Amino acid sequence: MTAIALPVSPLAHRARPTEEPVWVRWTLIGLAFTFLTLFLFVPLISVFYEALKKGWEVYIAAITEPDAVSAIQLTLTAAAIAVPLNLIFGIAAAWAIAKFEFLGKNLLTTLIDLPFSVSPVVSGLIYVLIFGLQGWLGPWLAEHDIKVIFAVPGIVLATIFVTVPFIARELIPLMQSQGTEEEEAAVVLGANGWQIFFRVTLPNVKWGLLYGTILCNARAMGEFGAVSVVSGHIRGSTNTLPLHVEILYNEYNFAAAFAVASLLAMLALVTLALKTIIESKNIQNDKGKNR
Amino acid sequence: MKIKTWLTGLVAATLLTGGSAWADKTILNVSYDPTRELYQEFNAAFTKHWEEKTREKVAIKQSHGGSGKQARSVIDGLEADVVTLALANDIDAIAEKAKLLPGNWQKRLPHNSTPYTSTIVLLVRKGNPKNIKDWNDLARPGVSVITPNPKTSGGARWNYLAAWEYGKRTYGDDARAKEFVTKLYKNVPVLDSGARGSTTTFVERGIGDVFISWENEAFLAIRELGPEKFEIVAPSISVLAEPSVAVIDKVVDKKGTRQVAEAYLQHLYSEQGQEIAARNFYRPADARVAAKYASQFPSIKLFRIDEVFGGWKNAHKLHFADGGTFDQIYQK
Repeated sequence: MTAIALPVSPLAHRARPTEEPVWVRWTLIGLAFTFLTLFLFVPLISVFYEALKKGWEVYIAAITEPDAVSAIQLTLTAAAIAVPLNLIFGIAAAWAIAKFEFLGKNLLTTLIDLPFSVSPVVSGLIYVLIFGLQGWLGPWLAEHDIKVIFAVPGIVLATIFVTVPFIARELIPLMQSQGTEEEEAAVVLGANGWQIFFRVTLPNVKWGLLYGTILCNARAMGEFGAVSVVSGHIRGSTNTLPLHVEILYNEYNFAAAFAVASLLAMLALVTLALKTIIESKNIQNDKGKNR
Repeated sequence: MKIKTWLTGLVAATLLTGGSAWADKTILNVSYDPTRELYQEFNAAFTKHWEEKTREKVAIKQSHGGSGKQARSVIDGLEADVVTLALANDIDAIAEKAKLLPGNWQKRLPHNSTPYTSTIVLLVRKGNPKNIKDWNDLARPGVSVITPNPKTSGGARWNYLAAWEYGKRTYGDDARAKEFVTKLYKNVPVLDSGARGSTTTFVERGIGDVFISWENEAFLAIRELGPEKFEIVAPSISVLAEPSVAVIDKVVDKKGTRQVAEAYLQHLYSEQGQEIAARNFYRPADARVAAKYASQFPSIKLFRIDEVFGGWKNAHKLHFADGGTFDQIYQK
């Protein structure tokens, strides 16, 4: 899995058949950097530039304004519910798929991928069709005064749906490549099911698990399409951060829109940093094992 | 230091949000795109008025989006106490498909439940570089026209019908009108889903030579972004747009908010409500307030949908339903 670095030979400067000439390498590197600068760095910087263009006061006012605070709270709530649930589900599904043989395994694997292949708008509409007033469960829910869509539960449901694959998808290949040998050894040594899970399986996948959780969290907080369909866009109650950005932008409130967008961008940067740290630890971990 | 201010602000804001939860009653107004500024001002005025009158604190929540989309959300269960949508047809849809209010809702408030009207004008870039004077200039080759999608946006349907009627009156019959509208829509590079999206496309992203716009939206764009950038062109003829308002009976009866919801809509007809509408560039229904603000609006020959198209139901069936004229011209 990990790439093995070739030992640097003292004759490295000599052109070898497997190596491209210097100008080709630099052109490719240059192209990649230009592309990234144009399409990633410049937009990212412009978000912060636009956000702070009118000064700190405007920036702080924009992110402490009641509707913005409520959007932050809602986004955090949705992520706080969706991520742990997907954590449990993801581990359970990955464990079942990687370590056991059962009927319908392929179907389960395919189902886990469904949210990736379905457009988020469609995933939102699915909930409208089920829980909407004209949907399957709608009339019953209305009778019992239970609100699902156009309220917080709908937003949480939509968030869970779009983030289902992240953790399971991260763990399945990892667990499969590890095989079942260590678990079998544990059984032979007399460990019970929970002991095997907590002392053998889980520690083996902890970095992959963390990585999946971070990605899952990033998507949970950033989701727009599915949430937009089920939100109803009520300011101060069912607006998440990404929806709030759109609203502010549409109200000609550009500085505020970019201020709130910068919160999301910062979240992305933190995620990226965490991801990098975990990846480097992961590699060290693997190296330690191979020795 | 900065972090401290930040945190203090955050705490204060949390307390403030909590504050609105202490209100005795909360009502939700589901509205269409361009009314954001209008209802921001009106809601503050009504909250004050209601507290003075009844000592009851009311919190008003807002939801905005394309009018057709908003109606769809209410049909699917978005609990609106009142709807203030772009056209009567969208509220008819709520009455028909979800039976949340009686079919004769339009008779319950004055002026056919239309407290303010508007019309459709043309917004062009400063100096009018493409020399646009009237509807026929929009069908000229090389002119790029911005208008939202009539399938999802109420405003876009008014735009479409205004252009159609111009074509019919200028070129003689419906077939020629269709030809004219087809040519016009060939000049449309993007169809946004709502009026506000289109405004942003034209104003912010700088796409297009002319923007077919709600009159109030055009004035607002000029007020927000400066008269040195845009100007309004009044076409020779346009449509009298009648955005309608209604209380959603099933919701207010369930939540026990009928009294305040009805008072809310009636307050739109009060002098204060009418003044706020006029200040936000809507044409007030009240004759006295309308006279006071008359100089603010260009004088345009206006026709009503009921007179010309035989009401929204007919217009909708003929032009915007699946397979209607819009589908025919846009698929070509």
